[in-house]
Amino acid sequence: MPRVLLLHQTSLGKKAIVAVTGVVMFGFLTGHMLGNLQVFRGPEALNHYAALLKATAPLLWGTRIVVLTSVIAHIYFSMMLAAQSGDARPTPYAKRENNTANLASMSMRLSGPTLGLFIVYHLLHLTLGFSPTGVHSETDVYANVMSSFSIWWLAAIYIVAQLMLGLHLFHGAWSFFQTLGLNHPRYNALRRYFAAGITLLIVGGNILIPSVILSGYRTQAQLDAETPAAPADDAPVEARNIVVE
Amino acid sequence: MAGDAKTMNLRLHVWRQTSVKDEGRFEEYAAKGVSPGMSFLEMLDVVNEELITTGKQPLAFDHDCREGICGACGVMINGNAHGPQGATTTCQLHMRSFSDGDELWIEPWRARAFPVLRDLMVDRSAFDRIIAAGGYASVRTGSARDANEILIPKQNADSAMDAAACIGCAACVAACPNASAALFTAAKVTHLAELPQGQPERMRRVVRMVDQMDIEGFGHCTNHRECEAACPKQISVAVIAQMNRDYLRAKLIAPADNENAGSGG
Ligand code: HEM
Ligand code: FES
Repeated sequence: MPRVLLLHQTSLGKKAIVAVTGVVMFGFLTGHMLGNLQVFRGPEALNHYAALLKATAPLLWGTRIVVLTSVIAHIYFSMMLAAQSGDARPTPYAKRENNTANLASMSMRLSGPTLGLFIVYHLLHLTLGFSPTGVHSETDVYANVMSSFSIWWLAAIYIVAQLMLGLHLFHGAWSFFQTLGLNHPRYNALRRYFAAGITLLIVGGNILIPSVILSGYRTQAQLDAETPAAPADDAPVEARNIVVE
Repeated sequence: MAGDAKTMNLRLHVWRQTSVKDEGRFEEYAAKGVSPGMSFLEMLDVVNEELITTGKQPLAFDHDCREGICGACGVMINGNAHGPQGATTTCQLHMRSFSDGDELWIEPWRARAFPVLRDLMVDRSAFDRIIAAGGYASVRTGSARDANEILIPKQNADSAMDAAACIGCAACVAACPNASAALFTAAKVTHLAELPQGQPERMRRVVRMVDQMDIEGFGHCTNHRECEAACPKQISVAVIAQMNRDYLRAKLIAPADNENAGSGG
């Protein structure tokens, strides 16, 4: 049997799986966030992008399978590890003080499962189309997004979920370096900045979408799409020829 | 010293437990006339003297060198392993770290792998078994080698020494929210992995010690870094990253028979 398949037998091996699957999800999230931002370039851009993703079945299903497997393995092994640690101290301390643990590191076992629930909700809502708006279009992703995030509580669910994601990523993006043994005295201090940066990028980009849409602000590209400018071809013939010498 | 003339009175809540089987409970004691120059253990000695003269069982706690080098002492004091002062063992903690009228909660290290034997004493033989699993370098005996016969780069010598500063007090486990022994095990793995003498058994050592760590029932590391903050020898979590890297190398890349290969004999 390939040795990588025996990794899960020990705590360090399980943790390495949690870290690698976490990194896979990180990669996915970065791409997903950049793709989502197309919404501000108007309906054509977003719908075209969405169609592109679905155009090549092997690519679509390949990504789906890798990400879904990662999510499942991540959840399964992180729960097993949490159980191991839960057993490791049967009698709690009457008093315990944290000195270096932070909100993000202490809340991994809360932010993680919250994200799990959110992922299910998110797939039901925007992928499978059980939308609280009552309408869902397979091709007009732009309309789905705009109508959904005009509902305040639906936008709020997404915003809160992104804040939880921020907590999870801030610790996770630092932690995976340690777990995978990626340390070097010259670069160790940078790992915290990396974690803060990538978290800010992913969470910030994602939060922009529901909050800007809810606020009612529209970019020029979106406004143009709502009141289409007359195409040049429709202009009167005389007007078109006016520059001809 | 001028400040030392003033004594203080403290209220102690101390964990009492008669044996491994006993459930255990906190009991309250008054520590009177404590001098700020006393060590924490001397303060407990004073409390014990009074307990003995009144015909009660003294508080049991581990200690040996009382100079911060053996690793025998160690209790949780108000939720901090070895008390509030950084880089200090309980025996080296002085009562000047506290003020008159303070209320102290004193507990043993708590982990499934460290059963409480009595009061503040725990059985840390789980650590001995982790060492026995691989925390050594096999050498041929014979006449002593010449000094500096094996050249060791200064960098490696330094990081080996930093890791070897571990006195096995188990504050890392005690302070860890997961009761993980990662810092201890990693320190023991690393101080040998940094030296030429440690190379032949490097891969199988890390695998065996990590396996033993799991068998003993410790939790797993989630990188809170509480261990590093509690460590009286300030051992860095960098050793944990190195252990993880060596472990993954041993499991995934190194020749498979390395895990079970015999020693260099
Ligand atoms: C949104 C996608 C997610 C990403 C990008 C992500 C990323 C990460 C990363 C990078 C780590 C650090 C691994 C390490 O310390 O080496 C981690 C840890 C963890 N994740 Fe996630 N995660 C996600 C979703 C989830 C979900 C849905 C759960 C649900 C149970 C979860 C539970 C955990 C737990 C409990 C840990 C701590 C593991 C430990 O330290 O033992 N995560 N995550
Ligand atoms: S008694 Fe030896 S380190 Fe404290």
